[in-house]
Amino acid sequence: MIIGTAAERLDAREKVTGAARYVSDLVVPEMLHAKVWRAPVPHARLLGVDGSRAARSPGVVAVCTATDLPVKRLHYGPAFKDQPILAHEIIRYAGEPVVAVVADTERHAAAALALIDVSYRELPAVTSAAEALAQGAPVLHPALDRSGHFRDLSGLRPVAGTNVCQHYHYDRGDVARAFAEADLTVEDVYHYPALSHHALEAHCAVARVDGDGLTVWTGTQHPFPVRKELAEVFDLPLAAVQVIVPLIGGAFGGKCYTKIEPLAAALAARVRRSALTITRHAVTVRLRTAVRSDGTLLARECDVVLDTGAYADIGPRVATKAGYRAPGPYRIPCLSIDARCVYTNNVPAGAYRGYGVPQVTWASESQMDQIAERLGLDPLAFREKNLLKRGEEYVAGDTPMDGDMADALAQTGAAIDWGRARERGRGVGLACAMKDGGGTHTVSTAAVRVNADGSVTLLTGSVEMGQGSRTALAQIAAETLGVPLSAIVVESPDTSITPYDHGTSASRSTTVMGLAVEAAARDARGQLLELAAKFFGTEPEKLAIHDGVVACGERTMTVGDVVSGHFGLVGGEVTGLGTFVPGTWSGSLGGATLFWEVGMGAAEVQVDADTGEISVEKYVSVADVGQAINARECAAQDEGAAMQAIGPALFESRVSEAGHLVNPGLIDYRVPTFADLPRELETVLIENRDGPGPFGSKGVGEGGTFCPAPAIANAVARATGVRIKDLPMTPERVWRALRDARGTRRG
Amino acid sequence: MNAITMTVTVNGEPRELTVPTHETLIECLRERLGLLGAKKSCDVQVCGACTVLLDDRPVSACTVLAFEARGKTVRTIEGLACGDELHPIQAAFVEHGALQCGFCTPGMIMATVALLGENPSPSVDEVKHYMRGNVCRCTGYKRILDAILDASRRMAAAPAPA
Repeated sequence: MIIGTAAERLDAREKVTGAARYVSDLVVPEMLHAKVWRAPVPHARLLGVDGSRAARSPGVVAVCTATDLPVKRLHYGPAFKDQPILAHEIIRYAGEPVVAVVADTERHAAAALALIDVSYRELPAVTSAAEALAQGAPVLHPALDRSGHFRDLSGLRPVAGTNVCQHYHYDRGDVARAFAEADLTVEDVYHYPALSHHALEAHCAVARVDGDGLTVWTGTQHPFPVRKELAEVFDLPLAAVQVIVPLIGGAFGGKCYTKIEPLAAALAARVRRSALTITRHAVTVRLRTAVRSDGTLLARECDVVLDTGAYADIGPRVATKAGYRAPGPYRIPCLSIDARCVYTNNVPAGAYRGYGVPQVTWASESQMDQIAERLGLDPLAFREKNLLKRGEEYVAGDTPMDGDMADALAQTGAAIDWGRARERGRGVGLACAMKDGGGTHTVSTAAVRVNADGSVTLLTGSVEMGQGSRTALAQIAAETLGVPLSAIVVESPDTSITPYDHGTSASRSTTVMGLAVEAAARDARGQLLELAAKFFGTEPEKLAIHDGVVACGERTMTVGDVVSGHFGLVGGEVTGLGTFVPGTWSGSLGGATLFWEVGMGAAEVQVDADTGEISVEKYVSVADVGQAINARECAAQDEGAAMQAIGPALFESRVSEAGHLVNPGLIDYRVPTFADLPRELETVLIENRDGPGPFGSKGVGEGGTFCPAPAIANAVARATGVRIKDLPMTPERVWRALRDARGTRRG
Repeated sequence: MNAITMTVTVNGEPRELTVPTHETLIECLRERLGLLGAKKSCDVQVCGACTVLLDDRPVSACTVLAFEARGKTVRTIEGLACGDELHPIQAAFVEHGALQCGFCTPGMIMATVALLGENPSPSVDEVKHYMRGNVCRCTGYKRILDAILDASRRMAAAPAPA
């Protein structure tokens, strides 16, 4: 058995010896280096660029503005083609690339930046979503050009004449009546800050133009959508654009869709160490819930506003998904949801691990505890009463709940020892959430090539960014084919060689690509058995393949001998192909949910009343993985996700003042370090083999980010009686809340 | 352009190099010597991805000038394994799943070499304190902590050649 074991990662040895190679390690002959001059103000009209002094600087080959780029289309973007490769006429955020310098070395390119002279006239800046929604606010994109790249984005609803680039609305039931008849109504506003991904490898791309077209090496999570975008920018056939993705040094959504590839391609040179260009959306959620005194949820109104910055990137889809997921994993008869994605003059925000779920869960799971407290109910029992049961519909027409959430919640409670009383200043809290996993209507294709020596080449478009997809997919192929894991070699994505794939996001690779790999391996296995049957003079059904050996009773042949025997030479190969296309096209998102990614969490905290400091003594993260393909890597994904989300719970946030990012780099932007590791960090995997993926698996990797913030806030409330609604819960914020609460009690 | 000629021992091998005075150690290792294991990430001595050992002490190669290594020994991730045999720290990282994207791993392992050189059997809190200058965005640190403690036990049981 290869499935379910903690098999060693295929890339572990190269990574511990320093032999692993990333885009930033790549050297291409005659490679040049580019650096960009970035806008110093958030909103301005460009009047002119004088690059003449920079052009005479040592080593400089070219100084380019938007009008110098040899492109057919200047604008790109996955939802709207609203983002120019270099700013054209208007600057829309501080930090926007305006001029590119190409030189023989990185140092020469950087030195020339200081010699560029740009003149501009400042315009009134829109620095928050609230300002952007206000009457009379400057409209940053008066006309929007839909990209048409993704099926689920065909129904986007921008609001003409405003800064709203997507307004998602959903309602059901008689919401007004439910609130009128409720025993209790609770209403609050919660805020989740903008975040930076800070993957350790910065965005980096290398491009080459030759007679055959364009080749780009880049650390993208979406090689095929990047190919499509580049084909449109340069008006080339898809086949003339080759996108190659080696190992990626972390991504977390920050390398989704097209980023710096058009600039690199347009300069046909190397662009490295580009500063971060996207963030997680800052989100404000107004949430109003109606409930009966016995704890039955009756209705919820959710108003979600996302600051998407100067360009939409994938913000419209994040808004839709945030809205869709905002009510939480509960049975709620009446709903009214609005989610608006709003342009501002801030740095563009895009995909970030969890895609809106961490933000809306911060609101909904905080409020669940507030309701429980008001009703005098146990927070765990209150949730359990309302959680969707297996087979119940979340939204009519979408896939019913496919897991046992009550069991997952019980395991969460058990792992934190929920019922035990804690001493003063200590508290436990929990939260639960889910997201529609796997992406909406996405397709994957895989090829399995069985070579004449029995080794196997696995071709997929799945990107290895640290999550262990190469290992998991190799395990699926090995188990299905009947060969040892060591026989499998997984190739890097290359759009000219590996078959089509939607992209590496939405916790989809193990499930969606996994099904394609499983189908490809079955195809190859069937062919091998047909060939072997001829040698044994029997029927394929009477044969078995195990550990690379085909057996017919006592007689055996290796897989390699079957291949080379068939072709009558030492070469030849058997090729299996597999495709996964989702079957049903229903559901309000434009496709049915493939699986529900359930994530729960519980925290035990100690709060220092004198300083407001929160110490996380224990954090438990619970993931329903259906069936772990690689048990160790599943748990590792969940742990890493939880730890990443403890950052914005306690201290991490992007700070902007008047449209200027105050903490762009790691010196000022605080990410979790070793010192922030809770005394105990535990992961529980739920394995009921009830997922749609190979061997009953479900996707994993995002679920751990959903619950840390509300679980910790709920624990703080139970420890101190103080409710925090804005993140991060810094010592100062907690201390002020404690002081205010003491003042209220005295008064 | 000012340049300095110097002798430096890199992974046990004496090298004579002529480097511009402004060249950083990470540029020297990666671009001059082709040692690509140490990674350039934050470039401002915060993340630890470029950690190498200079006379057995951990330094951020992004903010050390190459000529500061004159007459000294530099040890990088490439100098750790003995042929196909992994160093006990590397082996522990593999077995504990203490890596994901791998970009921080060379620096993290070199910092661990320094830690266990100074303090062969650190406590949990000592590990957390010593390693706080090496950022990992993927793993959440727990498995790295487990690997470091395990490596410390392994090396105590069978001391590796320095």
